[in-house]
Amino acid sequence: MDATAQIWTYTKKTAFYLLVIAIVVIAVFPFYYAILTSFKSGTDLFRVTYWPTSFSLANYASVLTTGSFPQNLLNSIIVSTAVVVLALLLAITAAFALARVRFRGRGLLLLTILSVSMFPQIAVLAGLFEVIRFFGLFNTLWGLIFSYTIFTLPFTVWVLTTFMRDLPIEIEEAAIVDGATPWVIITRVFMPLMWPALVTTGLLAFIAAWNEFLFALTFTSSNATRTVPVAIALLSGGSQYEIPWGNIMAASVIVTVPLVVLVLIFQRKIISGLTAGGVKG
Amino acid sequence: MTTESMEPAAGAIATPHIQIKSELLTQRVRSAMFFLVPMLVALLIVAGWPLLRTIYFSLTNASLTNLYGAEWVGFRNYLSWTTLKSGKTIFSGTLVDPVWWNAVWNTVRFAVISVTLEAILGMIVALVLNANFVGRGLVRAAILIPWAIPTIVSARMWGWMLNDQFGILNDLFLRMGLISQKIAWTANADTAMTAVLMVDIWKTTPFMALLILAGLQMIPKDIYEAAEIDGVHPVKQFFRITLPLVRPALMVAIIFRLLDAMRIFDLIYVLTPNSSQTKTMSVVARENLIEFDKFAYGSAQSTLLFLLIAIMTVLYIWLGRVRFDGGDR
Repeated sequence: MDATAQIWTYTKKTAFYLLVIAIVVIAVFPFYYAILTSFKSGTDLFRVTYWPTSFSLANYASVLTTGSFPQNLLNSIIVSTAVVVLALLLAITAAFALARVRFRGRGLLLLTILSVSMFPQIAVLAGLFEVIRFFGLFNTLWGLIFSYTIFTLPFTVWVLTTFMRDLPIEIEEAAIVDGATPWVIITRVFMPLMWPALVTTGLLAFIAAWNEFLFALTFTSSNATRTVPVAIALLSGGSQYEIPWGNIMAASVIVTVPLVVLVLIFQRKIISGLTAGGVKG
Repeated sequence: MTTESMEPAAGAIATPHIQIKSELLTQRVRSAMFFLVPMLVALLIVAGWPLLRTIYFSLTNASLTNLYGAEWVGFRNYLSWTTLKSGKTIFSGTLVDPVWWNAVWNTVRFAVISVTLEAILGMIVALVLNANFVGRGLVRAAILIPWAIPTIVSARMWGWMLNDQFGILNDLFLRMGLISQKIAWTANADTAMTAVLMVDIWKTTPFMALLILAGLQMIPKDIYEAAEIDGVHPVKQFFRITLPLVRPALMVAIIFRLLDAMRIFDLIYVLTPNSSQTKTMSVVARENLIEFDKFAYGSAQSTLLFLLIAIMTVLYIWLGRVRFDGGDR
């Protein structure tokens, strides 16, 4: 190989790796900077630095001991967990019916469920506001758990249905021969096989519920019932110039770290879940 | 169904075997219905009924404090007119409201620009991730981080980075000589939309990239080998092989994102509150519904947004069917 060709190869390789580095830096930097800021306190906060220069836990202490943030954190955990349990429970039985049993109108039903996931949340806001007030759920966590099924349920049903449809018929036939009822088939035969799909959809539903903002903002009205996204959005000082950026960053890091860790642990499952919901949808 | 299995009709008693099978089948269908009911009821209460009520409210003069005593007003919230004695006609309603049309324009502008840039950048990232190199897993993990961060948190993080006095981006751009003075990104009318686009593109390009990557990985490798042997230039390979073959996956990703971008609310509500340059349809509708106590008027705007997205969805399903039937190449 002559010299110019070799130089050309090296240039291409360098350019490629520069692109890779740029992608990684851009993707990670904002979160890195939030962590950096969250450990600054006092006047340090207003000095721009690119590397860690000081270390103080004052922001974390302030966020976790004053105000309602711990309560908001607990609310978010309760709501998201309950939403996941409810969605999976309703979805797995529905997915069995949609994936394994032939009946008239099945295709139409699936299409309807898919179209619900396209609903803009604002379109149901007025009607849902009325329903929630009617049931006396306004400003309660139940109101949020109840309303979140609109975006978690269609998605979980859809993904679990596509997953269950791909399971071989033989395992089910064997159970039927043994006289198993559909409920037994679901809980004893399918559930053990479906752990990967359940984990993926459960995780995606959890993230969606954890991040939801519009309903949480509209259907709660006191600090005691707010979830963390609303709490973080409403954290503000007396005026525009007193916004407690240190506290906001500390709160942001607290609510994001668990998600990032979960996502990195389950990244393969999440990617397959996302593409199943997207590409096959 | 019950009587059928209790007293089988003459034709059904061909052989005991078939009878058992059909009984099993009936039982299966019945339990399927039983399993479907809870999910359907849930969706009906949480989606179907509220949607109908929103549409109903849009045709009344309901207010937050007076939901049930509302009177039917027809399409007055959408469009109505009165003719004055002078012969001049005065129009009112959402369809002639400049605030609404400004929001429509903002939404469309935001959706088109963000999705276009996300598709291009997502394609680049997907091509990088589809190549074989050391540290690929690391890059894939890194791009999942923006996706995993809650929208509100990213709005707050970027709000801090874009801060006019203490923001790191002003500092960085000044050092690099890209700007000559500090810019109030989120407050300035000229830059507010740019700020929103920046954050949205940062946050959702990973999703786009992953969907495109799934499409890229389905392209058989031997096509490229054949092109390599024929000496086809890589750029030509991309436009003649990669792009046509990845197009179905790309189109699905684009339409998904487009539908999502049309209903954006949280990022704009937190990053650029009160900026008329960025207020979208969802933001304006919620303002009227909850904050300005124009419940019926806000319902009308919500209904319009729903209709717009419904039309887009129907078009998508329709076009999608054409493609899957093989009508398109």
